[in-house]
Amino acid sequence: MSLLKIRNLSVDFATASGQFRAVDSVDMTVEKGEVMAIVGESGSGKSVSMLALMGLLPWTATITADELSFEGIDLRSITPRARRKIIGKDLAMIFQEPMSSLNPCFTVGFQIKEALRLHMGLNRADRHKRAIELFEHVGIPAPESRLNVYPHQMSGGMNQRVMIAMAIACKPKLLIADEPTTALDVTIQAQILDLLVSLRDETGMGLVLITHDMGVVAETAERVSVQYAGQRAEEQPVRDLFEHPYHPYTSALLNALPERATSKLLPTIPGVVPGQFDRPKGCLFAPRCAYAQEKCHTTPPVPSGDEFGRALCHFPLEKEQRGVS
Amino acid sequence: MNAPIVKAKGLARHYEVGGGLLSKGKIVRALSGVDFELSPGKTLAVVGESGCGKSTLARLITMIEEPTEGTLEIDDNNVTPDNWASLRSSVQIVFQDPYGSLNPRQKVGYILQEPLIINRPDMSKQEREAKAREMIELVGLRAEHYDRYPHMFSGGQRQRISIARALMLEPRVVVLDEPVSALDVSIQSQILNLLVELQERLGLAYLFISHDLSVVKHFADEVIVMYLGRAVERASKEEIFAAPKHPYTKALLSTTPRADPTATKERIKLEGELPSPLDNLPGCAFAPRCWKATEECRTGRPALEGDAHGVACFHPE
Amino acid sequence: MTDQVANTTEPAEVKEIRPSALREFWYYFSENRGAVIGMWVFLGFAFLAVFGPLIAPYDPTEQFRDHILQPPFWQEGGSWAFPLGTDPLGRDMLSRLINGARYSFFVGIVVVSVAASGGIIIGLLSGFAPKIIDTIIMRVMDIILAFPSLLLALVLVAILGPSLTNAMIAIAIVFQPHYVRLTRASVLAERQKDYVTSARVAGAGKSRLMFITVLPNCLAPIIVQGALSFSTAILDAAALGFLGMGAQPPTPEWGTMLAEAREFILRAWWVVTFPGLAILVTVLAINLMGDGLRDALDPKLKRS
Repeated sequence: MSLLKIRNLSVDFATASGQFRAVDSVDMTVEKGEVMAIVGESGSGKSVSMLALMGLLPWTATITADELSFEGIDLRSITPRARRKIIGKDLAMIFQEPMSSLNPCFTVGFQIKEALRLHMGLNRADRHKRAIELFEHVGIPAPESRLNVYPHQMSGGMNQRVMIAMAIACKPKLLIADEPTTALDVTIQAQILDLLVSLRDETGMGLVLITHDMGVVAETAERVSVQYAGQRAEEQPVRDLFEHPYHPYTSALLNALPERATSKLLPTIPGVVPGQFDRPKGCLFAPRCAYAQEKCHTTPPVPSGDEFGRALCHFPLEKEQRGVS
Repeated sequence: MNAPIVKAKGLARHYEVGGGLLSKGKIVRALSGVDFELSPGKTLAVVGESGCGKSTLARLITMIEEPTEGTLEIDDNNVTPDNWASLRSSVQIVFQDPYGSLNPRQKVGYILQEPLIINRPDMSKQEREAKAREMIELVGLRAEHYDRYPHMFSGGQRQRISIARALMLEPRVVVLDEPVSALDVSIQSQILNLLVELQERLGLAYLFISHDLSVVKHFADEVIVMYLGRAVERASKEEIFAAPKHPYTKALLSTTPRADPTATKERIKLEGELPSPLDNLPGCAFAPRCWKATEECRTGRPALEGDAHGVACFHPE
Repeated sequence: MTDQVANTTEPAEVKEIRPSALREFWYYFSENRGAVIGMWVFLGFAFLAVFGPLIAPYDPTEQFRDHILQPPFWQEGGSWAFPLGTDPLGRDMLSRLINGARYSFFVGIVVVSVAASGGIIIGLLSGFAPKIIDTIIMRVMDIILAFPSLLLALVLVAILGPSLTNAMIAIAIVFQPHYVRLTRASVLAERQKDYVTSARVAGAGKSRLMFITVLPNCLAPIIVQGALSFSTAILDAAALGFLGMGAQPPTPEWGTMLAEAREFILRAWWVVTFPGLAILVTVLAINLMGDGLRDALDPKLKRS
């Protein structure tokens, strides 16, 4: 049984100017002990699908799915009470801004102990012991004295460690990390990513890493799902994806990276991600695609098989086409 | 033509923080003793993590703040607050956040014309407008964008507007303060290409401030690596990336993620974090995190030495 | 230099049907039903204020000595000639109430514009001034705020002499510090933003920064505050009128009407109830509308 299984998940938002589809028929499966990355640019709906899973979306959102299950429990029909039991315990999430994810009014020790009290039912002394253990575990120096510190007295990297400590406090089976290092410096980023992977190795939890940084994906993930404008464009194991992307978007995205540049001028993807008002009829990437044909502009594609990386494309790229775009 | 247009010597900026009416505040050394020269058509990248003083440097070069120590020369004029106004048009800036850098209540046309209204009062309205329209096309926007408000544009388009505004006064130096780090990859490459082409065409000198080494590697000619307000290494791009000498540069290079899952490399894991700039350590600022640090490093501060490839370290590679 | 840089231009225009700022504003405003009702009531109030004398059946000061203290039409002894009855001097209540709207509206407009314009300028200066001047200004404002507002207004009116104009001046002075604080807070927030730095790099001087760059971006919270203090101004003017320190009889100002009819409260309920209701409904409507404005203009409260 898969840890997390999502089939045909869509999320719509009611906005000032009508319905806006942020996530469009996304499928995803995460196995135990796996590092899955969701990559996409802004507006690709990569965070929204995970927030929908956690039940953290505002009331303007409408969520529909054929299947949305965590460890075989159907998250669609579950009561809010039962959902709260799972979330924060078996299913944890950390966010991009460690500074604003912690409550500035309380010490970090109070906050982590509260999580332990709510979900683990430990007594006072045990909570204190466990909190110190957790801080040591995530590499916070002098954990005993750090418990009495307020979030604003620590750096971003330290706060992110506290967030991770809180997230793993109840030994979650799945940890969702939403751009966990985007707000941090590179030397700190490396520390945090190493920490996440080593925690995965120790506890065997699943890890979903949401990011826009191809470098982070390449160095951390095992399987990668590329999202574009709310849809899953492609899903492949990480090495295969970087070696032979099947979807023209993935290919163009990789070619646009400065580190892959061969000349002073970079290959670009013309245009911008379609928004609420200019959604194309056919394939959503067709207006920016170098290989788009008549059919792409009129008919929405269906996902292809595993042999083409499940690419959402009428004409998945052949070997010789890659890299010339 | 190729004489340096900006010359900085021993540039420093200290801030006083805290302190009330009676108590004296502490001094934060945001920037100390930075030297560099910038030539037309060249790009000098300033690299470092948050708190390394790169944004303070930008504020000094763009003449928003006065340096506490050191001299700054633009076009052989020694810069003092008295001649800021006359040198204003030769240095302009593009900011990181395309959402915060354009006035939301002004139309694009006015945003572009504002620098001219302030600095060229002799220019007629028609001339200004013609120039703004010309600039819109130069940065790859369309004529109909002229009458719109910034909120109607995407991040990449706004960054084009920012670039256009910076170019309105025909500056010779443009400070690029993380111009692409808030943009998506596909948009980032469009903006980088635009900057490259503008530089070739107009012979601009860029001071490119960034924390993203993969962009710097692609874009810069020369690189200064900064740590806690001081330059720790300065060399041509090729030298820095092929043979870094300072341990901090090495660590920075090794921790920058590369989009290649097959690459095997050793990450140098730095212990701890940036010390507080309030502390003002007697020795090398990097010593507390450095794996090569000796007693010498903790007591004396190394100076940036070497002409072509300068490094501030007692134990360079 | 005129031709385009090749390769990096945007693609052909995709049709843009983005909602205009006004439509978006209306969407958020109309989500709050109370605000819409409040707005309609307020519009009716404004209409009465402008066209009151044309609509009112009688002159507000005309005394009908034969119809003193006549009750409203649905009570025994009432007649359709005076739908809401008459006051102790035989004046038509309805006509007086309709004309009173004009005074209240006038008070609201004058007080808000005087307080806001003074407050905005002081607030801007304070936000841009050196630390010492800023401190002095803000401490003076704190002192004004430390007085109970009505008491301070009373003292001011006592010094200036009781009249509607003086009452308005007094209320405007009392309201000023709120605008100063609000403006200064948003100026300080806006000053951090890059577009202000950008204007400084372009060489903008202090006054340009203050009025052209920063001020237009601080207006949203000030508009909300204006709407809310409009109602408070009406309330305070009525209170001053009631205490005999505002508009003087026979002006048909609602608060003054209440004061005049105080002694008849047990014999003729309508002489106090209708002016009171008029004040209540107007103030409530404006407050509801102000809430809606805040929902629509304050980006922090906006939902995605």
